[in-house]
Amino acid sequence: MRRETLINTVLTLGLLAVPLAAWAMDEPYTITLATKVVILALAGVGLNLALGLGGLVSLGHAMFFGIGGYAAGILASHAQSYDPIMEWPFLIEGTQSMPVIWLLAIVVSALVALATGALSLRTSGVYFIMITLAFGQMFYYFTISWPAYGGEDGLSIYVRDRFPGLNTLDPMHFFGLCFALLMLGLFIVARISRSGFGLALNAARQNEARVRAVGIEPYRLRLIAFVISGAITGLAGALYADLNRFVSPVMFSWQTSGEIMIFVILGGVARLFGPVAGAALFIILEEVLGGVSDYWHIYLGALLLIVVLFARGGLIGLLAGRNGGGGHD
Amino acid sequence: MKLKSFMLAACAAAMTTGAAQADGLKVGMITTLSGGGAGLGIDVRDGFMLAVKQSGRSDIELVVEDDQRKPDVAVQLADKLVQSEKVDVLTGIIWSNLAMAVVPSVTAQGKFYLSPNAGPSALAGKGCHPNYFNVSWQNDAFNEAAGAWATENGVEKVFLLAPNYPAGKDMIAGFKRFYDGEVSNEVYTKLGQTDYAAEIAQIRADDADMLYYFLPGGMGISFMKQYAGSGADKPVMGPAFSFDQGILGAIGEAALGVKNTSHWSKDLDVPGNAEFVASFTEEFGRLPSLYAAQGFDTGLLLASAMEKADVSDADAFRAALKEADFQSVRGDFKFAPNHHPIHTIYMREVVKEGDVVTNKVIGVAAEDHTDAYGVDCKM
Amino acid sequence: MDLVLLIEQLLNGLQFGVMLFLMAAGLTLIFGVMGLINLAHGSLYMVGAFAAAAVASATGSFTLALIASLAAAAIAGVIVEMVVIRRLYDRDHLDQVLATFALILIFSEGTRWVFGSFPLYLDVPSALSGAVDLPFGISYPAYRLAIIGIGFVVAFGLFLLITRTRIGMRIRAGESDREMIAALGVNIAVLYTAVFALGAALAGFAGALVGAIQSVQVGMGEPVLILAFVTIVIGGIGSIRGAFVGALLVGLTDTMGRVLLPVLFGAFMNPSAATSIGSALASMSIYILMAAILLFKPTGLYGSA
Repeated sequence: MRRETLINTVLTLGLLAVPLAAWAMDEPYTITLATKVVILALAGVGLNLALGLGGLVSLGHAMFFGIGGYAAGILASHAQSYDPIMEWPFLIEGTQSMPVIWLLAIVVSALVALATGALSLRTSGVYFIMITLAFGQMFYYFTISWPAYGGEDGLSIYVRDRFPGLNTLDPMHFFGLCFALLMLGLFIVARISRSGFGLALNAARQNEARVRAVGIEPYRLRLIAFVISGAITGLAGALYADLNRFVSPVMFSWQTSGEIMIFVILGGVARLFGPVAGAALFIILEEVLGGVSDYWHIYLGALLLIVVLFARGGLIGLLAGRNGGGGHD
Repeated sequence: MKLKSFMLAACAAAMTTGAAQADGLKVGMITTLSGGGAGLGIDVRDGFMLAVKQSGRSDIELVVEDDQRKPDVAVQLADKLVQSEKVDVLTGIIWSNLAMAVVPSVTAQGKFYLSPNAGPSALAGKGCHPNYFNVSWQNDAFNEAAGAWATENGVEKVFLLAPNYPAGKDMIAGFKRFYDGEVSNEVYTKLGQTDYAAEIAQIRADDADMLYYFLPGGMGISFMKQYAGSGADKPVMGPAFSFDQGILGAIGEAALGVKNTSHWSKDLDVPGNAEFVASFTEEFGRLPSLYAAQGFDTGLLLASAMEKADVSDADAFRAALKEADFQSVRGDFKFAPNHHPIHTIYMREVVKEGDVVTNKVIGVAAEDHTDAYGVDCKM
Repeated sequence: MDLVLLIEQLLNGLQFGVMLFLMAAGLTLIFGVMGLINLAHGSLYMVGAFAAAAVASATGSFTLALIASLAAAAIAGVIVEMVVIRRLYDRDHLDQVLATFALILIFSEGTRWVFGSFPLYLDVPSALSGAVDLPFGISYPAYRLAIIGIGFVVAFGLFLLITRTRIGMRIRAGESDREMIAALGVNIAVLYTAVFALGAALAGFAGALVGAIQSVQVGMGEPVLILAFVTIVIGGIGSIRGAFVGALLVGLTDTMGRVLLPVLFGAFMNPSAATSIGSALASMSIYILMAAILLFKPTGLYGSA
């Protein structure tokens, strides 16, 4: 077994074991925390596809995270008030069914990713970072001042949405659901990166001219990657809304984009399980340090600094060695 | 795990009268202790802890958590306090949007929530709940009182300014509800904006008699400094949030003469207030703010209810809270049927006392004021 | 809206733009010479403002406060460069983003630890308080007029520094070919530290100037940081001239958007909805501007591919 595979297995088992132990000891909050790690990791898995494999440093993924969240929030709030979203030209009603919400979150995020990606991908490098940031900020300010769904106050989902056959109010059931989706997301990304498409995308990141020479248009490859990436992050947003039973414009803020990116970098860019390791480490640090002092951000900053200076290639890079994964240069 | 929980074993001479003392009570406080808005959370926490200490009760356990002013963090902390810490009462939230995220879910789980700051209209009207008690104010209160005062004092035309988000629009609506004069212009700015040159130019060119604005925190500091330096001479009025002690220190003399509405002031002549100001100043080495006063009142309310009932008997405890049998540092205090305060709102003016820029009460803006949303509250 | 008010608003836009330039100049210089994305630039702005406020309250002198802001930010810049930043030059942008994000956390909470959680007091000097009368019946705050003047002087000074001096020559050489100038015997480490300190000092200076008319508080740097990034991207990264043009464009767009959009919407809808929608659109205006410029010029106005 390769060292990275071993690490991935340990991570997966650890992620399962913690909530199970917490369940046995009746510590529901720990299950909530584990669920948070899983959902944020899924958002990171989405970003990692664009960032690690495609070399597309997007500082606007909060846009998709927020869209997914609001898809859940808006549908659920209409379902709870029995107030249809629109009656003309055809009737659309709200829903509390998770599969429908997820589908909508994925489709809308993908469409927005298609539109913003088509424009953003005309630029590259730092310009790409900033234009994606710009699109994210537009959504952020729009949701703050748009009064229909609460503006800055956000929107509460009083009862968690439903999934057939499960009691989603039970933290363990909801954790299982999110965990399954994370595994599915990881599986899809793993398949993509080994497919012809993934190899071409990776090649386009390393040497654009060579890919062009064999007749592949990098723009199209990147756009497809950006759309899939946005859709996965959008799904994570919908789950996050249900975890908190609440959505707000903060989901769209550039700090959220930054945090998702930090999970990816912290864990190891282009490593399949990088976002999982990164999200887990970040949440653990936040939890442990939060009680140390009022000024705990200083310690968090210092630790992040140490990781980035002395653990090149992120956590997984540190543990598995530099040669293991795709390795971003 | 780490948990910043500590027993507030204040005085060894714990009062042991009454059966209500039996099991004690656990309070979870979610408030903002890091980042830009930390000053408000720290004041609420310190005021609350001072009240608990002075009550002499050793059976109140307090768990304090930092929400970093993020709604999602606040929701998760509420889950933690309810599920893992098994607290009986929650309190501490500063911001309306965080309150909207947390309060409906914790009250639905049968916990009590005492609001030491922020009173969004939704929680006062249709969304009211028997376990939700607002010890501070409904968001519109100070503004309604200011509107009433402006009408009474013959202000004919005002210019209104607020950030473009729900609380900002609520505040302006509150002012207009009690104001009979003319509104010459209404301007909404970007949330977090720091440069107001463009708006100030509009205000100067306008023919209103008075400027009324709501810009909390750093926004208000920036605005007032720039307004004073612009040569504009319209009188200024606003709710107390923009002219609190912590903020006046940063604005300085630029704020002199500004009128603002508040339910509390450190020079307010009601029983217990002078003692509160003195003991807070001695304990923490700074003047108390209105947030500290609200935290203090919240602590007093909790202690008063514990004297009468045990929290395990939810109905009795709720009734005890409802009675509000404590000496508020803002004077008379009662709960309206929707569990929001009925209290007097005063008009203050910013003055200089020696070297310190501070507030002085100059009159009453609204007597026994209560909010307009209670009629929608069915409980 | 009359012409006098319009001119006054144009001056406001100009002043906002000039202030942004002071931030953006350092950022674009650091990116151009060292290839570093520095998210902590806003923290240096904050350090300058806090240093100025502390010195002003201790001595009562605004001039000393300004000098303190330059010195404090430059010193902070040198320390950060030598301890952290210089290890990041050969890293990719992602590591730089994470490391400088960590620096923001440390700076923000460190400042709160030293100065407390409440905003500090810093006021404009009495010589520059109040408004001055300009031709055509315009009256404008003296301090803002001074900021516009200082901004143009600094821009001109930077231009001279880069085109006419030895260090400027090295900076230009460093932008075009890093290996070559090291091979020519220039002490690259010292040059980098100097450039970083210069950028930091400019940011700190901007913080002090702006701190006098805004709120000196923890977290004041981040909104400005985002605007400064928008500015240098519009102008083309690495270009001082681009930063200057970009800053003025952003300043004018933002100010005029805030003033004109609500009026524009007021022409065909009720006033309350118009101010609401107008100001919502105004808060998005500079991002729309940036996206539009990048669509036509993917490397900014003065950027090289």
